[in-house]
Amino acid sequence: MKELYFDNAATTLVDPRVKQEMDKYFSEEYGNPGSFNTVGLRALKVLDESRATVARCINANPNEVIFTGSGTESINLAIQGVAKAMKQKGKHIIISNIEHHAVLETCEYLRKDEGYDITILQPDQYGIISPQSVEKAIRPDTILISIMFANNEIGTINPIKQIGEIARKNRVYFHTDACQAGGACKLDVKQLNVDLLTLNGSKIYAPKGVGILYIRQGVMIKPIIYGGGQERNLRSGTENVPYIVGFAKAMELAEQEREKDNASISKLRDKLIKGVMESIPLSILNGHPTERLPNNVNITFLNIEGEALLLYMNEHGICASSGSACTSKTLDPSHVIIGIGRPYEVAHGSIRFSLGKLTTEEDIDVLLKVLPSLVQKLREISPVNLTLEQVTPQIEGEN
Amino acid sequence: MIPMQPVAHVEVKAKVDAKKTEQWFYTDVVKEHFFNPRNLFKSQQEVDSYKPDGVGQVGSPACGDMMKMWIKIKEDKIIECKWQTFGCGSAIASTSMLSVMVTEKEGMKIEDALKIKPQDIVKRLVDLPARKFHCSVLGDKALRAAVNDHFAKTNQHNRITIEGARIIDKVLKITDKDIEEAVLEGAQTFEDVQKKTKVGVKDKTCIPEVEQLIRFYKEKYFG
Repeated sequence: MKELYFDNAATTLVDPRVKQEMDKYFSEEYGNPGSFNTVGLRALKVLDESRATVARCINANPNEVIFTGSGTESINLAIQGVAKAMKQKGKHIIISNIEHHAVLETCEYLRKDEGYDITILQPDQYGIISPQSVEKAIRPDTILISIMFANNEIGTINPIKQIGEIARKNRVYFHTDACQAGGACKLDVKQLNVDLLTLNGSKIYAPKGVGILYIRQGVMIKPIIYGGGQERNLRSGTENVPYIVGFAKAMELAEQEREKDNASISKLRDKLIKGVMESIPLSILNGHPTERLPNNVNITFLNIEGEALLLYMNEHGICASSGSACTSKTLDPSHVIIGIGRPYEVAHGSIRFSLGKLTTEEDIDVLLKVLPSLVQKLREISPVNLTLEQVTPQIEGEN
Repeated sequence: MIPMQPVAHVEVKAKVDAKKTEQWFYTDVVKEHFFNPRNLFKSQQEVDSYKPDGVGQVGSPACGDMMKMWIKIKEDKIIECKWQTFGCGSAIASTSMLSVMVTEKEGMKIEDALKIKPQDIVKRLVDLPARKFHCSVLGDKALRAAVNDHFAKTNQHNRITIEGARIIDKVLKITDKDIEEAVLEGAQTFEDVQKKTKVGVKDKTCIPEVEQLIRFYKEKYFG
């Protein structure tokens, strides 16, 4: 049975070209960039080149790019690092309720243990944070705004440039978690008016275990990891040269192939959405109809529970993910689907299909062929008979 | 309509020790019941034409699982046990197994059926991941509700058992049922239960009793 992988928002494969580029830096050029010898200096050169490549891709200066071990680590450094450096000015941070857990939990720690005040903004029904709501939340003691570029579950893309303008006008630092947008979206830090930006490797066809934090020159930030002073003293620990090389290569490829990939992937996305909406009644598209990542489809099949559908699909080799409580570690349903104002019933039945470079039209055809019967089977055994109007009164008639 | 593949289709690579991984991987018996649930109502027509002696419904789709159960009784034995669910894999499999357990060998005596504990179902399923344990309790509760309905319809009011909730935290009105639910969802310590329920945040006097209840429910369900 062929496995159909619709979970690219969780992680992508490593592009073979990326892997090939990395290969040499495991057992041949394995030096420590911090060593003062020729082997080490060669590693330092590669590190510098990789940094320059990444910087070029996001229109930054090389010294504004810090390599880290993951998106989560970059987010922790951005938020905790700015919070520590800026606490004399104030202890107020603005985020949204549909941020990644890395943002939510870091801020919860700052609130609970360090006495920071966190304003949590609510998006509209599509998951968009309005720049006006950000502006309204700014106070004299606000030190940081952190709003994600694109949402990992529903794929909605935020007006980052406009939020950035507001942040800059009000002289508040602005961080964006762009992990899901990496590759798919052109990220020009100058144009976006961001002060800090997080990316990670595992979503852009680079390996897991590498990320970056862009820190605009002049931003006050303190380290959260102490040691040998690598990465401008902001991220101690020997640099992971092969992974950094892979990250840079993946960024480079994304720059070259973005338009081509986005065009083909978004075509498949639209075909999937249209196909599901036409063949499966009581389906609700979660997220924005147009302002969404080219690879994201998030649909609730009303009256069935997401985990059960996930398991049925898995038996057909279809790998997707769900906002159902039963698939989460905490047994809470998706905070994103709840966060955009959908009722719990909708969150429990939500399924995310995230497409990738390897997704083919045939994959979508197979999915569209199998899915209606699986949904029907679970609906037949379900005692729940909700209607669209009962769960989405504000967007009646969407289907 | 594509028919569901029988369990023989399941590849061995998916077989992972549920306890070790804490993932949603299930044992072969769980999968077998999940993909081929027993005693299930498969359409509204079947439901409408059925003449049950008792009906019970628990949960809600908002909570993530809902279970409805219909039973037929003969000479105080459960001879048929039908059900429908909005629930996850564990809920489907464990209710399927429960329906088999109470109706096999010409039906189980009501009083014996009411003694079935979630552990007994899990044992027959070989195993369930610990954190999915709470999903298996729903079928059990639906059965109690259906049996009570039968008792009410047949004027056996003295046999109805109501699992009344008792308020433990007097400020936030948190009951023993809330604590039971938290333990079933995997809370191990007082701190875990407090995180889920906020018990004892205002009413500090209830803390010793809460700790006692946590021990009791841990023993009851996981002991």
